[in-house]
Amino acid sequence: MGAADSSPAAPALLCLDNVMRRLLAFFLIAAVSLASAPSKADPVDDAVAALSSGSFDSVHEGVDELVASGSPRAAAIIGALQNGKLYFRPDHTLYIKQDDGTYVGALTGTPIDAGNVKPVRVNNTIRGAMDAALGALRLFSPETAARMTAAEAVFHAADPSALPALTKALEKETDPAVKTRMEQARAAVILASAESAEADRLAAVSVLRVRGDIDARGFLASLSDQPPAVAEAIAGALTAIDRAAQLWSVAQSIYYGLSLGSVLLLAAAGLAITFGVMGVINMAHGEMVMIGAYTTFAVQQFMHAHTPGMYGASLLFAVPLAFMVSGSIGIVIERTLIRWLYGRPLETLLATWGLSLVLQQAVRSIFGANNQDVDTPAWMSGATALGGLTLTWNRMYIILFSAVVLAGLMAALRYTSLGLRMRAVTQNRRMAAAMGIRTPWIDALTFGLGSGIAGMAGVALSQIDNVSPNLGQSYIIDSFMVVVFGGVGNLWGTTLGALTLGIVNKFLEPVAGAVVAKIVVLVLLILFIQRRPRGMFPLKGRAVES
Amino acid sequence: MAITEPTISRRGLARLGAAAATIAAVGAVKTAAAAETSGTIKVGILHSLSGTMAISETTLKDVMLMLIEQQNAKGGLLGKKLEAVVVDPASNWPLFAEKARQLISVDKCAATFGCWTSVSRKSVLPVFEELNSILFYPVQYEGQECSRNVFYTGAAPNQQAIPAVDYLMKENKVKRWVLAGTDYVYPRTTNQILEAYLIAKGVAKDDIMINYTPFGHSDWQNIVASIKKFGSAGKKTAVVSTINGDANVPFYKELGNQGLKATDIPVVAFSVGEEELAGIDTKPLLGHLAAWNYFQSVDTPINKTFIDAWHAYTKKPTRTTNDPMEAHFIGFNMWVKAVEAAGTTDSNAVIDAMLGVSVPNLSGGYSAMMPNHHITKPVLIGEIQADGQFNIVSQTPGLVVAQEWSPYVADTKDLIGDWRAPLHCGAFNVKTGHCTAGKKA
Amino acid sequence: MKLDRTAYLTLGLTIGIPLVLALLNQATPAGSALHVPTYVVALAGKYLCFAMLALAVDLVWGFAGILSLGHAAFFALGGYAMGMYLMRQIGARGVYGNAELPDFMVFLGWHELPWYWQGSQWFPFAVLMALIVPGALAMGFGWLAFRSRVTGVYLSIITQALTYALLLAFFRNDMGFGGNNGMTDFKDILGFNIQADSTRSALLVLSALCLCAQYLVARFVVRSRFGKVLIAVRDTESRTRFLGYRPEAYKLVVWTLSAVMAGIGGALYVPQVGIINPSEFAPGNSIEAVIWVAVGGRGTLSGAILGAVAVNFGKTWFTGVLPDYWLYALGALFIFVTLFLPKGIMGLFAKRPGKPVAILEAAK
Repeated sequence: MGAADSSPAAPALLCLDNVMRRLLAFFLIAAVSLASAPSKADPVDDAVAALSSGSFDSVHEGVDELVASGSPRAAAIIGALQNGKLYFRPDHTLYIKQDDGTYVGALTGTPIDAGNVKPVRVNNTIRGAMDAALGALRLFSPETAARMTAAEAVFHAADPSALPALTKALEKETDPAVKTRMEQARAAVILASAESAEADRLAAVSVLRVRGDIDARGFLASLSDQPPAVAEAIAGALTAIDRAAQLWSVAQSIYYGLSLGSVLLLAAAGLAITFGVMGVINMAHGEMVMIGAYTTFAVQQFMHAHTPGMYGASLLFAVPLAFMVSGSIGIVIERTLIRWLYGRPLETLLATWGLSLVLQQAVRSIFGANNQDVDTPAWMSGATALGGLTLTWNRMYIILFSAVVLAGLMAALRYTSLGLRMRAVTQNRRMAAAMGIRTPWIDALTFGLGSGIAGMAGVALSQIDNVSPNLGQSYIIDSFMVVVFGGVGNLWGTTLGALTLGIVNKFLEPVAGAVVAKIVVLVLLILFIQRRPRGMFPLKGRAVES
Repeated sequence: MAITEPTISRRGLARLGAAAATIAAVGAVKTAAAAETSGTIKVGILHSLSGTMAISETTLKDVMLMLIEQQNAKGGLLGKKLEAVVVDPASNWPLFAEKARQLISVDKCAATFGCWTSVSRKSVLPVFEELNSILFYPVQYEGQECSRNVFYTGAAPNQQAIPAVDYLMKENKVKRWVLAGTDYVYPRTTNQILEAYLIAKGVAKDDIMINYTPFGHSDWQNIVASIKKFGSAGKKTAVVSTINGDANVPFYKELGNQGLKATDIPVVAFSVGEEELAGIDTKPLLGHLAAWNYFQSVDTPINKTFIDAWHAYTKKPTRTTNDPMEAHFIGFNMWVKAVEAAGTTDSNAVIDAMLGVSVPNLSGGYSAMMPNHHITKPVLIGEIQADGQFNIVSQTPGLVVAQEWSPYVADTKDLIGDWRAPLHCGAFNVKTGHCTAGKKA
Repeated sequence: MKLDRTAYLTLGLTIGIPLVLALLNQATPAGSALHVPTYVVALAGKYLCFAMLALAVDLVWGFAGILSLGHAAFFALGGYAMGMYLMRQIGARGVYGNAELPDFMVFLGWHELPWYWQGSQWFPFAVLMALIVPGALAMGFGWLAFRSRVTGVYLSIITQALTYALLLAFFRNDMGFGGNNGMTDFKDILGFNIQADSTRSALLVLSALCLCAQYLVARFVVRSRFGKVLIAVRDTESRTRFLGYRPEAYKLVVWTLSAVMAGIGGALYVPQVGIINPSEFAPGNSIEAVIWVAVGGRGTLSGAILGAVAVNFGKTWFTGVLPDYWLYALGALFIFVTLFLPKGIMGLFAKRPGKPVAILEAAK
């Protein structure tokens, strides 16, 4: 260091003998190196001590210290903590649990016998700190996905100290999507830092305005103490984001309406078939849906225990199985109960109501009265953003599923011989019988088909609602409304009815609240039936009148 | 179809007479049989075993049966065996009142443990007061009640809601609040109290959003989106959820799917316990909170014994325990102690003997029955973990005494309940010095 | 009006048994073998109110062919009318000690009674409301429905929609009817302590008298000329229309009458069970009322009464004796009755061949 010449000690040193000067220098250097040697390990040791203290506040400090220390093990330790795999002993040693149950030393990474360890517990504040810390550490990860999440985490944390790391990462970045994210993170960091220049701040505001989503808005709204020009720019950005959000919210309501409509459609399609072909009001229809949901639960339990590797595909197995289970139960019900009540649709209603009580209690006895946990597979979880829309994956798949089911059903009705015979029986039962169609057999199969579809609906519903013995009751009334609204025996009517009811409900909801929206829909339905007593697309024909 | 109503033939008349006579005879025999059995002390269990509330209440029936069995193994009470009388009021509120009347006047139960929803409690309250019997009510509720014939072993709002809000304010520096509840009296009262409390603590009215949904509401897309929007105003936001029962499952599923993480907008719930979590995939819910007076994950020897006994009794090692179960545990032990102190099961004697009774609770301390017929409880805040258990992140240093009459509701802020002599009053107005209601006749 | 054996029997039992129960409750000391506990008196009163609802359902279903899956709505509306009166009677004895406002309004932070509560402190007004409100709703709904010739299953489903909408509406605390908690904690009716034995016995006898009156009215209606046309409408509506009658008018009259009958049942129900709550609007309750009529015997007014009492008695018995399995028993009962007893219990006691002579007799 050249500054030594101008230091106050220099004249004194120059006075001494040359040898003495060298001896003093040697002792000084030795003293300094001795003093600094332990301090290199200090931050990490402090961090370890804090992490193994057992109190939330010190764990939080420990995380911060670990990151600040720059230790190469920081990412591994914090990652383990995030996954709940970090353990400690009262003697201030840390261990990471591996997947096979053995432990490795946290600092060394080598296998070690841990003995009596306790898990390091975290709370939400610590979790937030960990997300931010890992974000900063993983900016240079070789995996694109990891860098993307890291950039997002840095954006959320908006910690000014991350600026140098960000700038370096931006220089190295090649992937355009990740680069945009990092620029947004950089913009957030600039705005959060007290030292940024005004021009930089204004540029940052426009970057975030372009991002325009709810997180950007939240961040911009939380800023304070900005120079007037910047504050104005922020206000302008907020107004622009809000206006765009308004437009997107209309599209969002349509999406919600579609998803509600698709749920209603799935629940009601089976009913439309049985109702249309047989004129039977099946009050146990809701229980067929419930049975489908419980089939899903059973399939998942089975796969969990016996084939955990294929667990992600559990729903794909559950769908046909639910169809068969509910369908066969439907056929059994038809053969044992319904067929004695032909020509007496209102008695069928009563008998099936009694049946629904029995089925509910049976499920309660077998599975217990509580809700059962049906997992959503990973590929159906979460959401994706499309412009300003948030499209949750589970509802997206349900919309697609209901479209597939509907298409399949229509194809079956139109192109198969069973479908042909079903349509014949719907239009004119007596004539169909006279033509040689075995109407009792068709009835049984129709009931089975309707119940099978209800079972498949149950698989879908298990993803968004409780799986409990009362599941059927929540959907039976809505199913009836849809069928009556759309017109009996007509699948297009049912589809249109379901989608209309769903969309109307979802548009009313933000305005009037969930309950009033539902009441208004019911009242509108009652009034609608006055105008069209047979629903939107009624079947025509004299034989249908009865 | 014929127009006539069929007239009863002579033979039909005879048949009808015979049927009626048989039914009357059976009824008489049954009533006689019920009145006969002495030599046991009857304990009534009034929990729904079917209908919408069965999900929550069936467990409480089972825990009561276990407690009675354990007490009988210790020799019963006052030298007699305890006999459980179980009825199913089927989540039907008038049926609750009818069954309560049956338990007291026909089965002659010395005490009843039951009810969950406030409606069911309000429907049986007049029956217990008229017939002077005892009800132990184990569920957290809205307060605003202090009956002589009821012992409230669940939490009052100040033993659950207020400490939860304090925790969020201190720990997570929450500045903006969403109070989301089911549209009925418990969430309404709790939110009223919380709103007043938050405003007293300096939170602006614009920073509080209150929203109510019907029971069993299953489509949360809109509401979760509006919570996100409310939380994007730049201040740290939290949701205080008094959403009840079934609706919690789709609510949490939607939260998870729309990516609302606990680190962004934490949700603290008052009606979600281990039992409710057993029906949800809890991995996306990591870090969301609940406030109770007991969690299954409480690490004390007495809790471990309780859980082991429960698993042995139900023969299912996966059955969870929850706060209302602990409330019944405390209530039952208090009742046993009071009966032993009074030497009789007579209601008046037991009610007087209950005041001041103190029994161990499952979190390592003692709970005492106060003169307002509520018990002292510790308040625990827990974070949901991936395995459906709670990670306890905060605990009040001591026990909290219940405020059964809320100081934040204008008409009740001057009321206290005190069933000791000389007051003997459930709603004593300290300002006017009058007993407004519930005075012992 | 001619009264045949069935009618005498029905009337006799309907008046007789409650009278005996009430007398035994009041006259004999508690503890004697003949004493009827108050619990039984309250239960019997409840059964009779349900019988009124069943009678109303039988009137429209058995004789006009309208299957109403929402009749409990009229029952509940009558109940709420009486409930409002009883709430006002609590006065200052409520939990909050507020003489003007019922407890639930105080707790919601309201400061004055809404306009639709005005007048509810007078008993005659409450009775009037119990008659008018269900009747007006029925008339409005019926006029719209029958005029558009909504029939069969469609009609049943929209009656269900009606009761479900009312359920949701009354659940809302903002509606001012007590929300989910409903109205309870009643103190007295017309000055009499509502929980006293004597009041309960009096209410039981009153319910029995109302039921008998309704039975006689219903009998009168169905055996008159009006009733004949009604039955024709039930059996073949189009043909009746072509003969020159207006089925809508007939259906509307009987529909409104039946709603008023149900409302009376509800008004007597509430003081006896001590609580009115929106779950009375639940569609399941209406379906159960239909089951009572089916079990007893549809189209035979006595059957409705019998079915209501029998099924509810069974329910009381099963929920006490088999608390874990009673739903099986109830469900099995419904299935059994619809399959094997299409004419209900009355069918078991009827004269074997039901001779269709009434038309010819009336024509004489």
